[in-house]
Amino acid sequence: MTVYLPIAELSVNILIILGMGAAVGFLSGMFGVGGGFLITPLLIFYNIPPVVAVATGANQVVASSISGAITHFRRGTIDIKLGTVLLCGGLVGATVGIWIFALLRRIGQLDLVISLAYVVLLGSVGSLMLWESINALRRAARNETVPLKRPGHHNWVHRLPLKMRFKKSKIYLSVIPVITLGFAIGILTSVMGVGGGFIMVPAMIYLLRIPTNVVVGTSLFQIIFVSAYTVIVQATANYTVDIVLAFVLMIAGVIGAQYGVRVGQRLRGEQLRALLALLVLAVGIRLAIELVIPPKEIYSIVSGGFGF
Amino acid sequence: MRMWARALLIGLFLAAPAVGRAEPIDFTEKLDIGISTDEIAITSDFRGADLTIFGAIDGFNADLLAQGKYNIVVALEGPKENTTVRKKERIFGIWINTSAMTFELVPESYSLSSTRDIDTIAPPDDMNKLGVGVSHLPLTPVGFIGDGSNLTEFREAFKRLREVTGVYQRDPGGVQFISSSLFKASVRLPADVPNGVHIVRAYLFRDGVFVAAKALPLRVTKTGLEEAITAAAHQSPFLYGIMAVLLAVITGWLASVVFRRD
Repeated sequence: MTVYLPIAELSVNILIILGMGAAVGFLSGMFGVGGGFLITPLLIFYNIPPVVAVATGANQVVASSISGAITHFRRGTIDIKLGTVLLCGGLVGATVGIWIFALLRRIGQLDLVISLAYVVLLGSVGSLMLWESINALRRAARNETVPLKRPGHHNWVHRLPLKMRFKKSKIYLSVIPVITLGFAIGILTSVMGVGGGFIMVPAMIYLLRIPTNVVVGTSLFQIIFVSAYTVIVQATANYTVDIVLAFVLMIAGVIGAQYGVRVGQRLRGEQLRALLALLVLAVGIRLAIELVIPPKEIYSIVSGGFGF
Repeated sequence: MRMWARALLIGLFLAAPAVGRAEPIDFTEKLDIGISTDEIAITSDFRGADLTIFGAIDGFNADLLAQGKYNIVVALEGPKENTTVRKKERIFGIWINTSAMTFELVPESYSLSSTRDIDTIAPPDDMNKLGVGVSHLPLTPVGFIGDGSNLTEFREAFKRLREVTGVYQRDPGGVQFISSSLFKASVRLPADVPNGVHIVRAYLFRDGVFVAAKALPLRVTKTGLEEAITAAAHQSPFLYGIMAVLLAVITGWLASVVFRRD
């Protein structure tokens, strides 16, 4: 059963797209991640043009983050003030990212940069996660307790000026690292179509020392607005959001996520992290191979505009 | 006003190719063609189709006609766009687009039909002048191209890619005489036929010499839900973006309501 994607301009098997959405939704529910960093590479593997995959991935991130954010909002685990400061950086970052996106597209290097960025990001994050979770598994096997650095301990980040009090997080923190973090994630959102939660959450916990209970909700809060902004700007500037593709992915994704959550609750934290790390590495390696093997066709054609 | 602008546009399309092309002057032959419609609406499940064009030769020489000395070429040219060809090379082990060339206003699609292989109809130089046939389309590079040594390479790659993907096609034998001077040509509309004004061009050759030509505009419009979406995405992109976000918000919110567990 095929469906024509009007913006990607190709016919795809709707069952494969549904399967992809459900699988990524399942994993995102299981690991508590947005799934943008998996959906975009999967779409690229399925021959969706990277420009469309990135913009549409951001749209899917909006849907998958909303339900999580609503749950956190009900529980009162969102620091709106902190989220808003992050968002300020995020919107600027997303705007810069869209500009970079359009520039790279014009000079014909967009596909390459997207793939390279994914290889670097997935490779490094995957390796770090795998390393960390293997150590955790070893410690668990030897029945050692984990020496967790307590949030509240200070590092260089806490000596920066322009401090602001965030009541909900019970933290007094400079806005400089918060805005910088938001800015960096904003660029990733518009260039790579990821929500960026898998980088933002560790950065907030380990670098900014924000209490863990508000971290996930607050990052989801920022992700929703930055990816929604990215979708609108991508649609306006580059015409690359495929609403049909996004809708199919969303529906399958939100359903898959419900089952993922249930399975995730039965697995132990470090096992989950090790599995996610392996998955992240596998996707990164697959993209790296694609860059290195000789392509079937070394020429490509683009209509409209100029190239050099 | 829009109709008027459209008519003017079509007029320009028809007038443009006459410039700089060998125009026959003192031949008695005239060529006429007709299509049943000047507008084709294509649904989104379109998988490609044949378009039949009828035509007649007037003022012909009966002896030459009987000897089969008249040859006809019919081409369906899609809307023209500047088109960039890029080439990848291996740098530090990674395949990267390293060079590119942009060609000026080449047709997005091109379907050719003729009484025989066009290279046997007239000398290649004449075909180049007329710009008839995939291998004779004028491919003029835009901007700085260095010493031009890679021009042939990029032109060849362009033609090959367009033929491989089926948007450029040729059918030697697609034009058939149905009576002594009436003919029928079928040209292929590819599955991904571009929207816009296409031009049907017919060329008449007498014993290897170009004697007459005729052109007709053909408007291709795609219809259906997918096309409406494409139109919305390009004509009101901001609203389209907002719609996409709203769709995501509603889907996410519904999921949190339906699957609420606490």
